[in-house]
Amino acid sequence: MSFVSRGFRGRPRDTGDPGRVPPGQYVTEDFPVLSAGPTPHTPLDEWTFSVVDGDGRTTWTWEEFRALPSETITVDIHCVTRWSKLDTTWQGVSVDTLLEAAEADSPYVLAFCDGGYTANLPTEDVTGGKAWVAFGYDGEPLDPEHGGPARLLVPHLYFWKSAKWVRGLALREDDEPGFWETYGYHIYGDPWREQRYAGD
Amino acid sequence: MAGTAVRGRLKPLTWQVATVAEAVDETARVRTIVLDVPDWPGHRAGQHLDVRLTAEDGYRAEREYSIASAPGEPVAITVERLEDGEVSPYLTDELRAGDGIELRGPIGGYFVWDGDDGDPLLLIAGGSGIVPLRAMVRHRQRAGSDVPVRLFYSSRTLDDVIYRGELDEVGDGIEVVYTLTRERPAGWTGYNRRVDGDLLREVAWPADEGARAFVCGPTSFVEAVAEGLVDLGYPPARVKTERFGATGS
Repeated sequence: MSFVSRGFRGRPRDTGDPGRVPPGQYVTEDFPVLSAGPTPHTPLDEWTFSVVDGDGRTTWTWEEFRALPSETITVDIHCVTRWSKLDTTWQGVSVDTLLEAAEADSPYVLAFCDGGYTANLPTEDVTGGKAWVAFGYDGEPLDPEHGGPARLLVPHLYFWKSAKWVRGLALREDDEPGFWETYGYHIYGDPWREQRYAGD
Repeated sequence: MAGTAVRGRLKPLTWQVATVAEAVDETARVRTIVLDVPDWPGHRAGQHLDVRLTAEDGYRAEREYSIASAPGEPVAITVERLEDGEVSPYLTDELRAGDGIELRGPIGGYFVWDGDDGDPLLLIAGGSGIVPLRAMVRHRQRAGSDVPVRLFYSSRTLDDVIYRGELDEVGDGIEVVYTLTRERPAGWTGYNRRVDGDLLREVAWPADEGARAFVCGPTSFVEAVAEGLVDLGYPPARVKTERFGATGS
């Protein structure tokens, strides 16, 4: 006999197409912010993006990065704190483009960011058209509090994997836990399997 | 982000049915719910927990709430009713002593204060962002710590101040400074404006005192405070933040 909350009927919000909203999530029109510290503000003339492979490093300046082919992406995003936002539109450079240019080949990547954040991801989750380094949102430059000048965008995983203020990808042989993962969040973070916390 | 790495827990967090021991109105819109949790592993000041409500037809809604009680005290959450909310009105208006409620936790290992490093503690709260900071204040008191604490708390009106009676009597070593942003009672001697860089310069310790700062509140509030502290010279790694959006019910 499963538990029932006495007197709770629920007031399901507009979840749109139920097939689009993972279990335990609700749809919001807002764009809430989740981060652990002050918002970094790196000037664009000091900003670089790097793919780091051991001692090797391929680096783009902001101008070089923005000269790479970019795409407009419309996706649903799902935060571990339970909001989902549908049909968000981003502009970004495919991670495929960056890893191919760096001739990178490793089973895992660790995204590293201003502020010291990191997020670990299997390489197969950031390649094949599944992930971007996003610099625009809704046709505007990405707001610093949402991760600008650029953040990772990996929409099929919980949104903490879409690391804000990203500055590069370090290639890894092992799945080394990142910032939130070290504090008890799930190592992989699939919203459709509700992988919120370690052990889920 | 600098900090001591804590290994992720190995055991999964499982749902369990807790019993409401007591429900206490804090303000017209805010209630503290004290819980009897059969299998609670203990928590640290600043952590949160997940609540899950299930309707008779099986429909479920889950939310996260900060833990309002100190380590070692019965688990409690303090909930603000959001008028368009789905979960918070149930918790503030419907739930009563003796009811069961499903939860799991504790969750989070970064926005926590264990009180063992001796650094002054600067706590800055906006609205119901006071909840995890109150757990830190209580933890300091229970642990017999003499760490200096300064709590700066921004509310709309005096009637919106949560834990007011308790905060009026926190005792030596803990300073509580209020600002009321919308409405002040006659004779109000606290601050009367929204937090900004100038106000922070008055209420925050100088950066060279080596304080640790915990900031919790709505996003715009936390952005302003965190940026203001960095401008005052606080190292970003010493400013820990927790934010909630307008819709998180």
